[in-house]
Amino acid sequence: MADNGDILLEVRGLRTSFFLDEGEVRAVDGATFSIRRGRILAIVGESGCGKSVTAYSVLRLIQPPGRIVGGRIVLYPRGRPPIDITALGEKSETLYDVRGGRISMIFQEPMTSLSPVHSVGNQICEAVLLHQPVARREAEARAVAMLGRVGIPGPEERLRQYPHELSGGMRQRVVIAMALACNPELLIADEPTTALDMTIQAQVLALIRTLQSDLGTSVLLITHDLGVVAQTAADVAVMYLGRIVEEAPVRALLKDPRHPYAMGLLQSLPSLSQGRARLPSIPGSVPALTEIPPGCPFHPRCPYMQAGRCDTGGPPDLREVAPDRLAACLRAEEIHT
Amino acid sequence: MKPAQPLLRVTALSKHFPIHSRGFFSRQVGTVRAVDDVSFDVAPGETLGLVGESGCGKTTAARTILRALRPTSGRVEFALADRCVDLAALPERALKALRPRMQMIFQDPFSSLNPRMTVGAIVGEPLVIHRMARGRELEDRVVDVLRRVGLKGEHRSRYPHAFSGGQRQRIGIARALIMNPALVVCDEAVSALDVSVQAQVINLLEDLQDELKLTYIFVAHDLGVVRHISRRVAVMYAGRIVELAPTEAVFKGALHPYTRALVSAVPYPDPDVRMNFRLAGEVADPAHLPQGCAFHPRCPDRHAPCDKVRPDLRPLADGRRVACHLHHKP
Ligand SMILES: Nc1ncnc2c1ncn2[C@@H]1O[C@H](COP(=O)(O)OP(=O)(O)OP(=O)(O)O)[C@@H](O)[C@H]1O
Ligand code: SF4
Ligand SMILES: [Mg+2]
Repeated sequence: MADNGDILLEVRGLRTSFFLDEGEVRAVDGATFSIRRGRILAIVGESGCGKSVTAYSVLRLIQPPGRIVGGRIVLYPRGRPPIDITALGEKSETLYDVRGGRISMIFQEPMTSLSPVHSVGNQICEAVLLHQPVARREAEARAVAMLGRVGIPGPEERLRQYPHELSGGMRQRVVIAMALACNPELLIADEPTTALDMTIQAQVLALIRTLQSDLGTSVLLITHDLGVVAQTAADVAVMYLGRIVEEAPVRALLKDPRHPYAMGLLQSLPSLSQGRARLPSIPGSVPALTEIPPGCPFHPRCPYMQAGRCDTGGPPDLREVAPDRLAACLRAEEIHT
Repeated sequence: MKPAQPLLRVTALSKHFPIHSRGFFSRQVGTVRAVDDVSFDVAPGETLGLVGESGCGKTTAARTILRALRPTSGRVEFALADRCVDLAALPERALKALRPRMQMIFQDPFSSLNPRMTVGAIVGEPLVIHRMARGRELEDRVVDVLRRVGLKGEHRSRYPHAFSGGQRQRIGIARALIMNPALVVCDEAVSALDVSVQAQVINLLEDLQDELKLTYIFVAHDLGVVRHISRRVAVMYAGRIVELAPTEAVFKGALHPYTRALVSAVPYPDPDVRMNFRLAGEVADPAHLPQGCAFHPRCPDRHAPCDKVRPDLRPLADGRRVACHLHHKP
């Protein structure tokens, strides 16, 4: 998509499975995407399509019975040799340096990242001290500055407060402050506003956008909401059954989707069809991950499915279907009008 | 044209919860005004949207209307074929006979269905409880309603875990509809569903409304969904309705400053329609409401009477209702 100096993280053919009694659950099944420097890439898809497992894989946080079974994840830090995250040893210094240092992550539920028994200030300082060669005083100053930066009023007093004394929106701001306190190159945000009210979501999204453009951090934003994508991201990758089926700059994809699944998702949004017209919906439902259809995994639900072509062989490759646009559909050019 | 007699008329409905101090000799130390002086009508066959942020009182209002909670004060007049009853004042016994007429569909298709019952038993249970059908007739009605919601008769012998989220929501809808209700309150009924499935369920709710002449109160925080499904919208803030108007009027030119802010917080899936939310602060705590208008500490249009006088929800010349001093001189 972009020339290589532009890319911060490259994920190629990532496969992550969970080995359960009922069989192998292919949660991520050949996902390919890249995150450009200083930009926000959104991965969007419906529940269970593998978004979170992708994020956890990037940080090598997959626990048994899960395992990364294939593919490569490479980080290109500025002015340093590339880091092949998939090849790092479980206990290697470099992995430790990547997790929470070069890449930090925030979750849907702020309490996932916060400890209920430590003050907010302590937690941010700890995060800084863990990854940066600074003294306690310096870490504290940085915590105050970060809290101010994420829009928390009276940051000095807030340092002494505990998470339960804060509202959900304030907690998520603290988590963002903590995640950014170490100057990561990549911030992974997994549904950071899904648990928040609409107006608090608007505040937090605006905050992420501002911080991203001020600090130049790259962001991997995981969401199921195409509205959040449109308002926040520069690039978007649509995920279905563990694969990226389309990747493009946001405006291009939302205005003119090329993969039938992306088209279906956009058409079924109620906010785009005003008044009580019937909503075009994607027929059927997402199959179980133990029963991924042969050929194009979307073919049983696809209005453009061509028997004998779409329903046999392996899944279509994610390929360039137009300049700066990737789609994994055999018929992308034919059906685009 | 004479407006149709409303199916439901809610007048000055309030539901307050006491706040007790901790400890053995607990005493009341305050009141949460979860629902405060709420009034609106719903016409037969209409869908009224009820929107607002968490804690604003939407669900409490819905539950109080259906008498799942006992109101603190106010009236809830419900039209039957031959008369009108005040649900708020009805004794339990009389209420029980009316329960089938009003049903609720819940948000969570995963926790609202008993995992140990078959789908047939879940869907038929209300008929059994109210002794309205049994044996062959019960079976027939279960099969009929399952078909109506897009499931199959055979599904009745399966258990909920064998169904997807969208299918489970259909089971919940079937269970509500088997009683032939007149009024259905949908409380975040499609919020937990993925968009592709959400569209299917929204279409289903609309088809059923046309077929069965249902009246809906559609409680939701997702303004996109509400805009699609309802003809009128009531916006709640801190336990009170702050604006009640036709849907398009709310989206194209809201009157209340809070409604305007709420609409501007909707993330449209179009990068050329920019979200433009400018409000600072967070929603008012219904246990510690400020004097005057509950919204005044955050309001960009705050002026002299706002921190002293509480504005009532009153109609303007065009029939839209708004509770704001900008639009009514006190
Ligand atoms: N620890 C685990 N053990 C077994 N299966 C798992 C585990 N974690 C995830 N999965 C499965 O992997 C698939 C992808 O899950 P993932 O959490 O990535 O989905 P998601 O796209 O993030 O969905 P959501 O939008 O609901 O968060 C799902 O089918 C899920 O059930
Ligand atoms: S490959 Fe065939 S089935 Fe798959 S999305 Fe394209 S047209 Fe549809
Ligand atoms: Mg997830």
